[in-house]
Amino acid sequence: MTYRLSHLDALASEAIHIIREVVAEFERPALLFSGGKDSAVLLHLAVKACWPQRVPFAVVHVDTGQNFPELIEYRDAQAAKLKVRLVVGSVQEDIDRGSIVEQPVPGATRNRLQTYTLLRVLEENRYDAVLGGGRRDEEKARAKERVFSLRDEFGQWDPRAQRPELWNLYNTRHHPGEHFRVFPLSNWTELDIWQYVEEQGLELPPIYFAHKRTVFRRGGMLLALGPWTSPREGVREEEPFEAVVRYRTVGDMTCTAAVESEAATPAEIIVETALTRVSERGATRADDRISDAAMEDRKREGYF
Amino acid sequence: MDLLRFATVGSVDDGKSTLIGRLLYDSKQIFHDQLEAVRRTSIARGDDYVNLALLTDGLRAEREQGITIDVAYRHFSTPKRRFIIADTPGHVQHTRNMVTGCSTADLVLLLVDARVGATEQTRRHATIASLLGIHHIVVCVNKMDLVEYSKERFDAVRDEFTGFAERLAVHDLTCIPISALGGDNVVERSPKMPWYGGPCLLDYLENVHIGSDRNLIDLRFPVQLVIRPIGSEYRDFRGYAGVVASGVLAVGAEVVVLPSGFSSRITNIDGPDGPLEEAFPPQSVVVRIQDDLDISRGDMLCRPHNRPYVGQDLSAMVCWMSEVPLKTGSRLAIKHTSRWARALVRSLEYRLDVNSLHRDVAADELRLNDIGRIDLRTTAPLFYDEYRDDSATGSFILVDEQTNATLAAGMLRKPTS
Repeated sequence: MTYRLSHLDALASEAIHIIREVVAEFERPALLFSGGKDSAVLLHLAVKACWPQRVPFAVVHVDTGQNFPELIEYRDAQAAKLKVRLVVGSVQEDIDRGSIVEQPVPGATRNRLQTYTLLRVLEENRYDAVLGGGRRDEEKARAKERVFSLRDEFGQWDPRAQRPELWNLYNTRHHPGEHFRVFPLSNWTELDIWQYVEEQGLELPPIYFAHKRTVFRRGGMLLALGPWTSPREGVREEEPFEAVVRYRTVGDMTCTAAVESEAATPAEIIVETALTRVSERGATRADDRISDAAMEDRKREGYF
Repeated sequence: MDLLRFATVGSVDDGKSTLIGRLLYDSKQIFHDQLEAVRRTSIARGDDYVNLALLTDGLRAEREQGITIDVAYRHFSTPKRRFIIADTPGHVQHTRNMVTGCSTADLVLLLVDARVGATEQTRRHATIASLLGIHHIVVCVNKMDLVEYSKERFDAVRDEFTGFAERLAVHDLTCIPISALGGDNVVERSPKMPWYGGPCLLDYLENVHIGSDRNLIDLRFPVQLVIRPIGSEYRDFRGYAGVVASGVLAVGAEVVVLPSGFSSRITNIDGPDGPLEEAFPPQSVVVRIQDDLDISRGDMLCRPHNRPYVGQDLSAMVCWMSEVPLKTGSRLAIKHTSRWARALVRSLEYRLDVNSLHRDVAADELRLNDIGRIDLRTTAPLFYDEYRDDSATGSFILVDEQTNATLAAGMLRKPTS
């Protein structure tokens, strides 16, 4: 016996410790579950952290109404299989109610509108800790965030006043109205996620794996032809074509792009991920392209 | 593949962020789009080279001021190891964020400007790293390009620092001459310093032995969560979840539960992927025992003949992290392992001068970023070890009961009486 843990086992043990700390120290925790690969790994670890008990908190999804149908299907199937309570916050309902206003531009994304719905759902349910699948390797503002990240009464993050976070002694104390965002996968990379998916035989939505799809090119990205995204008339570059693609990240259909890939299994994706020279969000997310600090600005407002 | 966590520390402008940028860039861990963004920003700022520090300075305020304010975590891996880097701020007013980054590190890279040598901030960081019980310190004597790759200059900086470090508890000290800007001795040995016979930095990081840094002798298992499922399938299930802090848990072993003092035997250990015969740090497990004892969060399992100290009167070194000074008589919240209690600051024994390591016993308060020795009395007994023997059971945080701010990182010492 060598008493050494592989890097995946060490990361999984760390994540489980963090999830258990949330169960032990908070009254009303919840887990953000989009059906994406990171939240799928997070939910899988939450099941392990609570075993053999059922996961004792709800999973929350903010549905923009412009999601990939495969994702919604996967989300519902997982919630049913794991017998967890699913709480859905609908951006469409908030728009219909007039609480938020959609930008009147064709092709506008609802990415930023999600923040309103998320904060509404958190407030209505009085959640005091929200587990999320954010990883520090995704983006440079995320690289700065604590594992237990305090949000004020307005859901805002103040990057200049983060509490020191020492060892694995998390300071979970907060005032009424404040809540924590908790990131058990902080120290995981995209490659770790895929290695873990393969090792554990985790099921993921099919759009993560190579499939045929009609796409068009816009700003160097491959967008799916769908109900909310279509080529602009007369723009030659945006001529639709069929390609074999997969998704590296999954957000809205309006702002998530596919990559051309033949990788159809986690093992093949691991090889591609190890060799790729373009970051996950850089390749596929229109929402991060606005400016150098796009993510920081959204996070300050209360985004995941 | 194993995991090595390291932190980069040192004075502001000694090149920490540049070194990390260089490590990532030369080991081909930078994505094209990230590099392109850095190149654009560098040009916009008027830098005459691609400023690799921009890769880690992620906050708007950091890029505006050109300094690091908070820890940034970066990741890279080589065929030998997976690395997590905590890039910590050098400015004295952000020392608490440096302590955050170092508290989970196996190793620190201490950057020193070859032209200047060790500064007060270098010595403060070395002192903190030694207090935090980090076994390996690598002094990167940086900016060798600005001293004409001079062996004499490197030797002088090294000798001066080694003289200081001899008075600290550092197990393993290595000095490497580098140029982060030019990449010399970072990922490959540099032909510009043929007089240097040691490994380049990446070589060292890939091969340094960290396996012996853990305590596998003294079994300590703080109970994090009691698991009692509802439903007929696991009717009599009562499990104790937590992380093995130190030592080895084994099925069949006799254990004592603190504070009750009752003993029992371990019947089952379940890890994240199923049943285990043994568990060791830092595994997260669920333990079941033979007898039906009253055990709750904050209790601890240990071996009958190897127990931690149990007490309410504690002596500790603290790094103070608040603008509001520590004063004798303050009442604070304390978190230690999986247990919260209240603590009274009974006395401040001394404040440590990080430059001279002189103990100032006349000090009557600790200010932001000061280090000192204090005595505490807690409302409930803690089960603890000396920090240097067991960092998981020897560490605590102090928290302000009104503002909920984290005030201090504490490292416990042996009981005084």
